[in-house]
Amino acid sequence: MEALTVHEGNTAVLERANVDTDQIIPKQFLKRVERTGFGQFLFFDWRFKSDGEEDPSFELNYPSAVNASILIADHNFGSGSSREHAPWALQDYGFRVIVAPSYSDIFYNNCVKNGILPVRLPENQVYELMQNGKNREYHLTVDLQNQQISDKNEGFQATFEIDPYWKEMLLNGWDEISITLQYEEDIEAYEKRVKV
Amino acid sequence: MKPRTIIDKIWNEHAVRAEAGKPNLMYVDLHMVHEVTSPQAFEGLRLSGRPVRRPDLTFATMDHNVPTLNRESITDAISKKQIDTLFDNCKEFGVELADIHSPNNGIVHIIGPELGLTQPGKTIVCGDSHTSTHGAFGALAFGIGTSEVEHVLATQTLWQSPPKTMEVHVDGRLGTGVTAKDIILSIIAKFGVDFGSGYVLEYTGEAIRGLTMEERMTICNMSIEAGARAGLISPDQVTFDYLKGRRFVPEGAAFDEKVNQWRQLATDEGAEYDERVVIAGDEIEPMVTWGTNPSQGVGIHGTVPYPEDGRNATEKKVIKTSLDYMALEPGTKITDIHVQHVFLGSCTNARIGDLREAAKIIRGNKVAEGIRAMVVPGSQQVKLQAEEEGLDQVFKEAGFEWRDSGCSMCLGMNPDFVPEGERCASTSNRNFEGRQGKGARTHLVSPAMAAGAAIYGHFVDVRNLDKTVSS
Repeated sequence: MEALTVHEGNTAVLERANVDTDQIIPKQFLKRVERTGFGQFLFFDWRFKSDGEEDPSFELNYPSAVNASILIADHNFGSGSSREHAPWALQDYGFRVIVAPSYSDIFYNNCVKNGILPVRLPENQVYELMQNGKNREYHLTVDLQNQQISDKNEGFQATFEIDPYWKEMLLNGWDEISITLQYEEDIEAYEKRVKV
Repeated sequence: MKPRTIIDKIWNEHAVRAEAGKPNLMYVDLHMVHEVTSPQAFEGLRLSGRPVRRPDLTFATMDHNVPTLNRESITDAISKKQIDTLFDNCKEFGVELADIHSPNNGIVHIIGPELGLTQPGKTIVCGDSHTSTHGAFGALAFGIGTSEVEHVLATQTLWQSPPKTMEVHVDGRLGTGVTAKDIILSIIAKFGVDFGSGYVLEYTGEAIRGLTMEERMTICNMSIEAGARAGLISPDQVTFDYLKGRRFVPEGAAFDEKVNQWRQLATDEGAEYDERVVIAGDEIEPMVTWGTNPSQGVGIHGTVPYPEDGRNATEKKVIKTSLDYMALEPGTKITDIHVQHVFLGSCTNARIGDLREAAKIIRGNKVAEGIRAMVVPGSQQVKLQAEEEGLDQVFKEAGFEWRDSGCSMCLGMNPDFVPEGERCASTSNRNFEGRQGKGARTHLVSPAMAAGAAIYGHFVDVRNLDKTVSS
């Protein structure tokens, strides 16, 4: 996967709680056998009207959200189905960083495995970012090494927590299977010991 | 030794590597695979020239895309490709597959227990969030993404941080006509849609001990709807009796030895959890969801809430958005909500016991006019068993469609879905926007409550049916 060290980009604000993976990528698009090409289906039922036209009232279609690569979202983002198609779609659409007060566990893991950084910030800080980014272009810089997120002009600055293991993975863009296979002997020893 | 929870016991038992401050490398005892979340994982193995490390600990089925009518002929070309791809992958990598023609085919979380693959103490994963179902046997079972599916196929392990533990204690006895589905919907309604985030839940208490294995599976199945990746129940005699004689369960003396090991797994007296919540089982009523997440539910005698009932600005907005989507007026009595569809199926509620409960209410009655009702058994085995008991006739005579097994209308990846703007009483697990079809409005209920709604055309208290039937 692609390494992520410092990311600077425009934001899109999604002021909705409990956004589930059925919304991020509806089930009719889960039938592909590839990992690529899911961006066009991201938030499909919200992004497009029944006639196929873009719905201008949906946050990602605001002119200010064009080319956004940082998504600011509310509580329990990515809940529901474990479908990894959700981070695949977010990434393919152009998102590298998500900022939210909380995530579903499976979605969080799936993001990290695909080089997307899910930043957890306290609710009041996320809501401040939402105010700053609402209906206008708003750029943030996310520095993973120093675990900091900041803007240029509004004076927003915050630090965030991340598991050191996930941080290392993201910073280096490592293939986790290659790492695990270095412990082949441990796995074999375990299998012998417990007779599986 | 310090008293331990079953979660701690299974965790420690499966750590291949455990270094302080790092996730542990955990061994996986059983990996279930289905067609939707596996093709990219097998492709990853192919690209890197890696084999499946333990095909003997891997078991595949096809369920999400499978049509429930004429299942042998899939007309959707992309669905067919996904099905064919799983078939080819299993052949190439030597994985046993219960394919569309197999008598063992069915929803992945129904067939695992049915075949006895699911056993106490095992670590079980699958690229599906409802893998928590298998926790009913005292297994540590959770859903994973496709990258993790590839990781398990290649290494039979996963990197996992030790979970926090939470006891969910359901006190007292359930009232007559109140089911496992009502317990779990009540728990999520009371504590919220993400109260389990970061935790493994253990369900305890008199009300839980009194449940059959199938009912326990319904509870654990929906742990993910509370945000918990896994939820489990310490095994007991009910668990062992269920497993005896199933295909992958040892026989004779080997079985007795297993049972002795399994008995040691139960949480020790005095073991501590990181968190504990309690709910009174005897106060639980038949539940119906009115909104677009599983916590938005209320007892059958309740009403649809007002946005102002929300405890904070976010919750008020969530209620408003849900009511708009569901086209419901605040203050509406739940019993005044009329439905156009009834779906009896899914990994939550499509086992033989669920069908029997619904059939008890359906027997001798007719589906109300204007309602399309269908039964989709959870597996081909369940279907066969139901037909042997004549349940198919009960449903068909009442006007239900009787289908083959699959995930079906729970998520509408196959041809079964709810049309835009229509309302469905569903025994499935998610009432998300668009889940059962774009613009479809889902009300989650138990099989008995779904059966009641099918007969009356609106929600009814199934506990009072003997008084009001044939109206």
